[in-house]
Amino acid sequence: MSVVPISYYLVLSAVLFGLGVVAFVIKRNIITVFMSIELMLNAVNLAFVAFARAHNQLDGLVFVFFVIVVAAAEAAVGLAIVIMLVQNRQPLSVERMNHLKL
Amino acid sequence: MSLPSFMFFVCGVFAVTGAILLIWAKEPIHSALALVLVMMSLAVLYLLLGAPFIAAVQIIVYAGAIMVLFVFVIMLLNAGAEEHTDFSRLAKYVGWPLAIILIFWASHWLWRSPAAAAAGSGGLIAGPDSTRNLSIQLFRQYLFPFEATSILILIAILGALFLARKEE
Repeated sequence: MSVVPISYYLVLSAVLFGLGVVAFVIKRNIITVFMSIELMLNAVNLAFVAFARAHNQLDGLVFVFFVIVVAAAEAAVGLAIVIMLVQNRQPLSVERMNHLKL
Repeated sequence: MSLPSFMFFVCGVFAVTGAILLIWAKEPIHSALALVLVMMSLAVLYLLLGAPFIAAVQIIVYAGAIMVLFVFVIMLLNAGAEEHTDFSRLAKYVGWPLAIILIFWASHWLWRSPAAAAAGSGGLIAGPDSTRNLSIQLFRQYLFPFEATSILILIAILGALFLARKEE
């Protein structure tokens, strides 16, 4: 039996998610923006594991597994897009990527 | 203070510090190392919650594979310090208060939620058969989503190869 209450883990997860949102809004480099998405996914994973432990259900752990797989696929495709941008002489700052703007 | 709660507070402080360092760092490589710190502390928290398989996957896949991919791309592209413009200052001044509101609202909601009050006895998850139970669940009830993720990974590999190839 865990000594630490489940709500502590949930609050830590909320704080990490909020910091991930801040990083997503503030960071200007597209690689760092991807990293803040990974931070948010990690925070949600922590909430999944905490809820799985609280309810003694394994489905939360299975969902964490799937989230990690999807995050790996997302990172691979996203970083490939970044490499393609650099090959096309595009800047890495998200503010300069305004070709789709009217 | 018992050992699990001590480990929880140490790892929680490390995780939050890593997340703040990720925001604070100007160089992308420093942000990547801060994110590795967050992931390592989360792996210890998964161990405390009684999920050793998830902790191992966290270290191998997240801190190992995904972060190596990030660091590799940062090194390959020679990504330097980020630049700041007017819009990013606007995002900083508006984003911080909104994010603090979000953090407090979500923490408050999670703290008060009845789901958090359910203290698990943890026979299925925290026992010595945790990984065995998880694999039974994964390969019986969730077999079709598991196979679907393998197709997803295959498509992601093909997409990454297609996007990153040299133009002829």
